[in-house]
Amino acid sequence: MSNVKVINFMALRKVAAAVSMVLILVAVASLAINKLQFGLDFTGGTLVEVGYDQAPDLVSVRGQLQSAGFDDAVVQNFGSDRDVLVRLGQAFNDKVGEEILAVLQSGSDANIELRRSEYVGAQVGEELTEKGGLGMLLALAIVMLYVAFRFQLKFSVGAVVALAHDVLIVLGVFSVLQLDFDLTVLAAILAVIGYSLNDTIVVSDRIRENFRKLRKGTSIEIINESLSQTLGRTLVTSVTTILVLLALFIFGGELIHGFALALLIGVVVGTYSSIYVASNVLLALGVSQQDLIIPPKEDVIEGEGFEVDMQDFEDENK
Amino acid sequence: MLNRYPLWKTLLIVFALALGGLYALPNLYPDDLAVQVSGASSSTPIDDAVLEQASDALSDAGLADKSSELNSKSVLLRFTDSDTQLRAKAVIADALGDDYVVALNLAPTTPDWLTNLGAGPMKLGLDLRGGVHFLLEVDMVQAVAQRLDVYVSEIKAMLRTEKLRYRSVTHEDDGSLRIKFATAEVRDQARSELKSSYSEFLMSAEDDDKGNYLNITLNESSVREIEDYAVNQNLTTLRNRVNELGVAEPLVQRQGRNRIVVQLPGIQDTAAAKRVLGATANLEFRLEAKAGTASFSTEKHTFRANPARTATLEKDIIITGNSVSNAQSNFDENGMPQVNIDLDAQGGKLMNRVTRNAVKRRMAVIFVEHKSRQKVQEVDGELVSVRVPYVEKSIISLATIQTALGNSFRITGLDGAGEASELALLLRAGSLAAPIYFVEERTVGPSLGQQNIDLGVASVQIGLALVVIFMLAFYSAFGLIANIALAFNLMLVLAVMSLLGATLTLPGIAGIVLTVGMAVDANVLIFSRIKEELRNGLPAQSAIHAGYERAFTTIFDANITTLLVALILYGVGTGSVKGFAVTLSIGIVTSMFTAIMVSRAMVNGVFGHRRLDDIKIWPLLGRDRKNADQ
Repeated sequence: MSNVKVINFMALRKVAAAVSMVLILVAVASLAINKLQFGLDFTGGTLVEVGYDQAPDLVSVRGQLQSAGFDDAVVQNFGSDRDVLVRLGQAFNDKVGEEILAVLQSGSDANIELRRSEYVGAQVGEELTEKGGLGMLLALAIVMLYVAFRFQLKFSVGAVVALAHDVLIVLGVFSVLQLDFDLTVLAAILAVIGYSLNDTIVVSDRIRENFRKLRKGTSIEIINESLSQTLGRTLVTSVTTILVLLALFIFGGELIHGFALALLIGVVVGTYSSIYVASNVLLALGVSQQDLIIPPKEDVIEGEGFEVDMQDFEDENK
Repeated sequence: MLNRYPLWKTLLIVFALALGGLYALPNLYPDDLAVQVSGASSSTPIDDAVLEQASDALSDAGLADKSSELNSKSVLLRFTDSDTQLRAKAVIADALGDDYVVALNLAPTTPDWLTNLGAGPMKLGLDLRGGVHFLLEVDMVQAVAQRLDVYVSEIKAMLRTEKLRYRSVTHEDDGSLRIKFATAEVRDQARSELKSSYSEFLMSAEDDDKGNYLNITLNESSVREIEDYAVNQNLTTLRNRVNELGVAEPLVQRQGRNRIVVQLPGIQDTAAAKRVLGATANLEFRLEAKAGTASFSTEKHTFRANPARTATLEKDIIITGNSVSNAQSNFDENGMPQVNIDLDAQGGKLMNRVTRNAVKRRMAVIFVEHKSRQKVQEVDGELVSVRVPYVEKSIISLATIQTALGNSFRITGLDGAGEASELALLLRAGSLAAPIYFVEERTVGPSLGQQNIDLGVASVQIGLALVVIFMLAFYSAFGLIANIALAFNLMLVLAVMSLLGATLTLPGIAGIVLTVGMAVDANVLIFSRIKEELRNGLPAQSAIHAGYERAFTTIFDANITTLLVALILYGVGTGSVKGFAVTLSIGIVTSMFTAIMVSRAMVNGVFGHRRLDDIKIWPLLGRDRKNADQ
């Protein structure tokens, strides 16, 4: 019916499945061994960001803090060599921020400015971890329900597996590279769920349509055809999204770095998963034309739409 | 076939866009740096005299304001740079004295005709504006315990008037009350009496060889009620205190069951803010116990000025600081700090009733402070830091009652003028119904805020530029239409944010950037559909029509699910991350409007009314068709 050049995506489906499996295994293993390096939002504790008017020596900054009794202080540059981030464990009270600024100021000739200080109680962090995890599961569950309702259960399983795949891989990258996992990264992961879902639905929508329209052809052929038809759109949207994310990653500043990175990884993986993972699951579940027999009520609506279209064609031909 | 929207539809779209433009407009006017003067209490007059006084002080100091205005509640002076603003604040605060609160502020410069339409700029979050964010937790256990203490006195009074003899009424550690009776008969009588007056009591009887007991606990809904009351009372108190701090546009809001968020834009001195917000100082007035009073109804307290000295006081409290209606600090004839207190009617009556019968006895004023210390404890094999609350009470004065007291008197014995004025402030603002603890605190310096704005704006601009160039290169004429739709989308996001009074945060800006990237998706879907229909051999106009029609359900399904995820994010996220969910959600909804309706209107307007030679109009789309034909 369509004369798009059909790419045989599914020829590589076993390879893709293997690649996905390996990636997920690595991610899960890393999450089990390395864990995630949770940021302040989740662990609780104190964080102070100070700006020096000239670049300080981090070793001496550490020394100053240590001699003042902050033994577990983690000192690092943040964004530029003049900005210093000091992080402390959770066993401190909420006055530490002010004390640290005083210690640093007394040990340095440079002008120090308090750029940001954060204190999060351990309990608040714990609740957030719980809420965050629940939020992610809830998002997956709602997506599954919606897709099952709008499409069909097999599609819904495919979509959710694809989403879980994307989330695990992004988490895995953060775990392997030991990147800071803060609240903005969690937000990014939920956004990845949204984005990848968007992609998966567009593809599923086309697969459903082609199953109904194309009377001949195996499931693999129909899926290949559908993927080929949507490939242009999938790539263009990925490119525009990646472009803005690159802008955000490069120009958005240090605070938004983890967020932009998580989304970048997520969009790349999400694009891949909408092509390979969701369709692979559909095939594994043995999707067939029978699954998409149009229920009587919907049939009427679809039929009407089609008629209108035919009408249009006739108008044009006159 | 021609593609045309009916006139009403086109007009509706134009109208919606114009409205969007109007409400997005205020964001183009940059805020002025300003100093805001308001009265320290609601009775302080704000009039031309105040404005004049402030202006005079400024001209004496050689500072010039850009403009000044007088509102019903405050005077606003605008300045051109932050240096002048800071110096002006100090000068004005000096000139006006303690009766006025002088605060730094950002004043919108929205023209009057826009303000009259209800338009205004978006609010900026603390991460963009600088300021302090506190999350406070209300100690619910303490709130309930305080209420139970009140029940103890009420029950005793009631049993006495009903002539039901009891041995003791105690408040147990597990949060229940226990009344001991001599006989089971009296106990049962008391039980039915209590049942009729206190429906919130869950009572159970217990007997052992020492006596007959009645155990009382509160039912779930009344505990909830007490907790709600405590949180709401604390909200009111915190609002009063924040007002006393003189912050422009503060936010004090309940979050969840037992938490309160306080945001103070522009404040940098967190220490002072925390001291005033978290202070739980209160007063208790009690009589000194007469010699020979039974020990269970007395308490020994130390003196604040001299911990070695103690006095034995009655347990019964005459009144607390909650009955204070006004308090001012000043100095007595010897130059010692004092606080003049006015009681409300109820408090005055109580005070009078007690002191009338207690002339020549001594009355103590007790300073009460709820404090907490962090303690590291092992729980289930893990080391966790636990907050251990404790109450510190000390006597600040013990003086002989000369005559019956009314509703106005003074307190001395305070530790310096600073403490006197802080106590006065706290008594004025009201005490906290239950202790609060700081569980989260975030401070953002002003320079970081500005930097975040600059970086955010830069990323939006660069991201937008990249997408615009890409779309133009890829879809040429149709790309231009998608780009215009995208620009309208950005405008609508700003307009909706401004209209809803939503707060823009740094993650919120990230959400806008992401929206820019994802919003073209709908157009991409439509264009690919059109392209496909062309390949399938449809004439151009029909292809446009079919492209829009067929892409719609896909766009709708894809966006609805993303919207659901964004809503979940809104529920999970706190503070600035909520801002991301907000901009993302708004962006999704507005992009559906612009990408489908607005772009369609444009396509119809440009191409809809004539026969098309598609190859000329869409080189890229057409080329594909040629390829396909080969």
